Amino acid sequence: MRLLEKLGFALAVLVLVSPAALVFLWMLSLSLKTELDNTAWPPVFIPNPPVWDNFAAVFARNDFLLYTWNSVVVSFSATGLAILIGVPAGYGIAKMRATRAAMVILIARITPGLSYLIPLFLLFQWLGLTGTLAPIVITHLVITVPIVVWVMIGFFEGLPGELEEAALVDGATIWQAFRHVAFPLARPGITVATILAFIFSWNNFIFAVVLAGRETRTLPVAVNNMLTFEQISWGPLAAAALLVTLPVLLLTLLAQKQIIAGLTTGGVKGG
Amino acid sequence: MGNSAAALPNSTAVAAPGRRRNYARHYGWFIVPAGAVVLAVILFPWAFTLFMSAHDWKIGGGRLYVGLENYRKLFTDERFLWSVLRTLYFTALAVILPMLFGTAAALVFNRRFPLRGLARTIFILPMMATPVAVALVWTMMFHPQLGVLNWLLTQLGLPPSMWVYDARTVIPTLVLVEVWHWTPLVMLIVLGGLASLPVDPYEAAKIDGASAWQAFRHITLPLLMPFLVVALIIRTIDALKAFDTIYVITQGGPGTSSETINIFLYLQGFAYYNMGYASAVVVVFFALIVSLAALLLWTRNRVRSA
Repeated sequence: MRLLEKLGFALAVLVLVSPAALVFLWMLSLSLKTELDNTAWPPVFIPNPPVWDNFAAVFARNDFLLYTWNSVVVSFSATGLAILIGVPAGYGIAKMRATRAAMVILIARITPGLSYLIPLFLLFQWLGLTGTLAPIVITHLVITVPIVVWVMIGFFEGLPGELEEAALVDGATIWQAFRHVAFPLARPGITVATILAFIFSWNNFIFAVVLAGRETRTLPVAVNNMLTFEQISWGPLAAAALLVTLPVLLLTLLAQKQIIAGLTTGGVKGG
Repeated sequence: MGNSAAALPNSTAVAAPGRRRNYARHYGWFIVPAGAVVLAVILFPWAFTLFMSAHDWKIGGGRLYVGLENYRKLFTDERFLWSVLRTLYFTALAVILPMLFGTAAALVFNRRFPLRGLARTIFILPMMATPVAVALVWTMMFHPQLGVLNWLLTQLGLPPSMWVYDARTVIPTLVLVEVWHWTPLVMLIVLGGLASLPVDPYEAAKIDGASAWQAFRHITLPLLMPFLVVALIIRTIDALKAFDTIYVITQGGPGTSSETINIFLYLQGFAYYNMGYASAVVVVFFALIVSLAALLLWTRNRVRSA
């Protein structure tokens, strides 16, 4: 009876994780097979032998390196800026118990990404910024800033205030108390905020699909264009998809503890 | 522990009121830079959208004040009204199924078992993966002739499906992707709730001879309710806003049979460049999202006080 229960439980776990695992394994399988195997019926599951041609094909065409560079620039800038302004903001809101400021962040979470785009699109045109990466970085702040502020509010509220108060009593300014006392204590929270902001910025599609020109596409937009505009075979498509999402998957595997902690504090999600 | 409750809109500032507040206003400076950004990229677009929605505004075509005409047109635009119904249909399925599966998954992951960390990480991979990349793989799997899903169906003795290539099956198919994608978020929120449950009631129930189901029904479920409501609201908002996977997989097709409000909005704004009309869609869309979220909160409060 005990054994049966254990087996049933193991089965339940298997049922839960297999949809997730199988889709990614299928992505990997498609990317490592020849075109002949990819369109075979019944499907070929294990690449035999695995071929790397699809990955070579992705890099050979499509300025893939340029788009990778664009994605890196956009995600790092949007995350860095968000940390720079979001961490103090989270601190301020936590200290002031500014519920209304927190509500604004919630509104940002509720609003569909497209709604920001219509006015900002016109604004960027008017400012002559179209065709550069600046509009994409700026719009990605819509995702990264609320994530950082939200995570940091939760984190700073959980910190005991005694140490800072002691610093204040000793004559430190509130900036010094933040910079030398609260900030170092908040490192774990900042790590969580950075990882989440980076991932959701990297994954974002909606802002770049509207704002990016030929030279300023981010990776998700580039991959979508491969599907829509170029009659391209499955192997290179799967290889490109895998390359786009691989950094994020690796980051998730490496930092799963921080990610889970961050996500449970507020169900943050970008876009 | 109590951190999970931070997702509740009304619980952000519930800590000790008795603390010294004399420094409070100085902390305002910490918020100024973020406030400026929020003003520029969140509040300014909002105000400007309201303004634009009262104009006939086409890119390259100038603008004309039309008052509420865009809204009037919107409520008689059959294509828009269908997109609303479609969105509600999609949302209902894409909320209920992840709630059920996510809660079940959380109950499993709340127990200790070997390799739990690894299993949990694999389980949350879908929600972290790049939606466009994932949508691409699903598109290939949905291929009616060569897709692996139809091969699976035939192995199980079922007839093959047209998946996203048929107007009748396209929405349930997109729901399938959405369920795969976002069940992990529900699981994480509920798991956070389970971790915060007290142990005492269970011991008392055990002494009183309650069955596992009774304990779940009368202890776990009521205590879990706040977390379930948070998950429900977040899931509802996200399902209403779903865009990436629908856009990549079908772009609203075949025909307009998977055109949700968000896709309609995209097409109006960035395919037809009807900026004024699209702005009106934004306003109505936002009102719909807020009122549904408020309705859920209100129902929950009614249930609790009854």
